[in-house]
Amino acid sequence: MRLFGGKKYSTIKVRKKDLPAGLWVKCPGCAEIVYKHEIESGVGVCPKCRHHFQIGWQARLASLVEQGTFEEIDADLVSADPLDFKGQSTYVSKMQDARRKTGMRDAVVCGLAAIGPVRVAIGVMDFAFMGGSMGSVVGEKVTRLVERGTRDRLPVIVICSSGGARMYEGMLSLMQMAKTSAAVARHSRAGLPFITVLTHPTTAGVMASYASLGDVIIAEPGALIGFAGPRVIRETTREEVPPGFQRSDFVLKHGLVDMIVPRPELKPTLLRLLGYMCNLPAGQTPAPAPVEAQPDSYAGPGHVSS
Amino acid sequence: MPPYTLPFEKPIQELERRLQDLRAFSESQNIDVSLELSELEKKIAETRRNIYTRLTAWDKVQIARHTGRPYTLDYISECFTDFVELHGDRAFMDDRAIVGGFATLDTERVMVIGTQKGRDVRSNVERNFGMAYPEGYRKAMRLMRTAAKFRLPVLTFIDTAGAYPGVGGEERHIAEAIAVNLRDMSLLPVPVVVTVIGEGGSGGALGIGVGDRILILEHAYYSVISPEGCAAILWKDRAFANKAAEALKLTATDLLKAGLVDEIVPEPLGGAHTDLKAMAATLKQRLLGSLRELKLVPPDLLLERRYAKFRAFGVFEHEPSPPPDAAAQGQA
Ligand SMILES: [Zn+2]
Repeated sequence: MRLFGGKKYSTIKVRKKDLPAGLWVKCPGCAEIVYKHEIESGVGVCPKCRHHFQIGWQARLASLVEQGTFEEIDADLVSADPLDFKGQSTYVSKMQDARRKTGMRDAVVCGLAAIGPVRVAIGVMDFAFMGGSMGSVVGEKVTRLVERGTRDRLPVIVICSSGGARMYEGMLSLMQMAKTSAAVARHSRAGLPFITVLTHPTTAGVMASYASLGDVIIAEPGALIGFAGPRVIRETTREEVPPGFQRSDFVLKHGLVDMIVPRPELKPTLLRLLGYMCNLPAGQTPAPAPVEAQPDSYAGPGHVSS
Repeated sequence: MPPYTLPFEKPIQELERRLQDLRAFSESQNIDVSLELSELEKKIAETRRNIYTRLTAWDKVQIARHTGRPYTLDYISECFTDFVELHGDRAFMDDRAIVGGFATLDTERVMVIGTQKGRDVRSNVERNFGMAYPEGYRKAMRLMRTAAKFRLPVLTFIDTAGAYPGVGGEERHIAEAIAVNLRDMSLLPVPVVVTVIGEGGSGGALGIGVGDRILILEHAYYSVISPEGCAAILWKDRAFANKAAEALKLTATDLLKAGLVDEIVPEPLGGAHTDLKAMAATLKQRLLGSLRELKLVPPDLLLERRYAKFRAFGVFEHEPSPPPDAAAQGQA
């Protein structure tokens, strides 16, 4: 199972020859050398300093949903190259690299699952796939997930991790922000819960759309959360950014998220929240009860609601 | 005369200088050169037409950023009457990078909102170079809700390099301000007509850009990232901005072809900055055209269509075979 996102946490160089390749990692939190298995057998948290490593979508799902309940939807969607993008390298070659490296088809995996007794529509973004960037496929899959939630009256949970919109698809990528947000608007209007979990990092186009629209927004410890990157801010404004800028503690203090939840507590926290947001009977963990039906005026393009 | 000449306009400038010289010569020497003058004028027009029909994407970005280009308030004063400016987000401040208020277009009462650049140092300080803080987007949304309450259509004008990337903006959650606008504009029960009049800079532009009709001026651009930003990332050098501009397909023509905008508003030959009155007249007619069509659509249907419009944005393919990790999903 691939656990680590990107190349950021590769084995350290200094003592590489002393260590069996791939068995150890240097923790960016405490700089200790940590036995990789120790992290992988848990949920990607450093046993020494509680640093949260980026984890892949499988590990994330395994930590949240009941075993055997995840049913992937829209797995067949793959990116095209609508701009015929040619830079230093082409979009097609970037895409092929990302697919080979991650085994994923794009940066989000969506499906239906159970968390405890509650059926949910859940999307997990994976930073390892082109920095979790949002192009047409990510936008379409998130939109379909939210629409599925609206149709089946399900809570929607999105685990976010993204550097922003995918440049290679130009304006199509930007428009995914509007598309996903419009789907969230309809889900919300139907009185259904939407929870976003912001993991390291969640920035730019994803942050300026659905990630910021959760009824409840949860941050993971130490995550970078914001719109513009610190480098862009420094270059544009020549402002010095304060220590801890855009990290979870900072965004909590400034009122941008509801809570910071360490990864091992994420599932119980989601369950407690869903209890309130689905208005389940208090004091027990009942079977998923259908929420009272409300008419949803959206019934498809061109259809006039009464 | 525009305040500065764009690099690709040099040949026009050269001919215009010759024309002036010739006129001065003719006057001082009292010699009739009317034939030569008309030849030269013809040549200038031809050169301008040649240049302006062969503009590269990067040329257009330069025109869109021209400091002589009409800004939102220029169009408000040229196209509209009875503008009543409304200020502030009711929470923190009045962001002068976004202006808005009641206005009348011909006989139509509307709410008009747009990003506003400055033209000199002082006004650019006031307008923050047309780059809005969270409060700008929140003010815009407040005005849109006011418009909805009084059943007034909303017209927005986009001309920004982007939302302002600063510490304060992050502390006050610029991302949320934009996200809320995207969400709530999708359900605003009045007609919304969006016009990109200059720079359409990424999320900061889209933050007032969700509507029923999206117009773009002929030489405006609309892009997910600035060409310089894209060049810095993909070419590791901002100097490749011209290549990035080409690759990003950010011109009005490209966007119309991709179905991302509905209509290109033609500019006077030589760009909007050469003839504000003509530009404003054209824009006014186009805005009225859109407005009068949209006013006939019942609000429910308007929202269905708006949703369907944005819902359709996206190009992808289907690949039926399961991905290599498919087996792992069952175990999750
Ligand atoms: Zn550690």
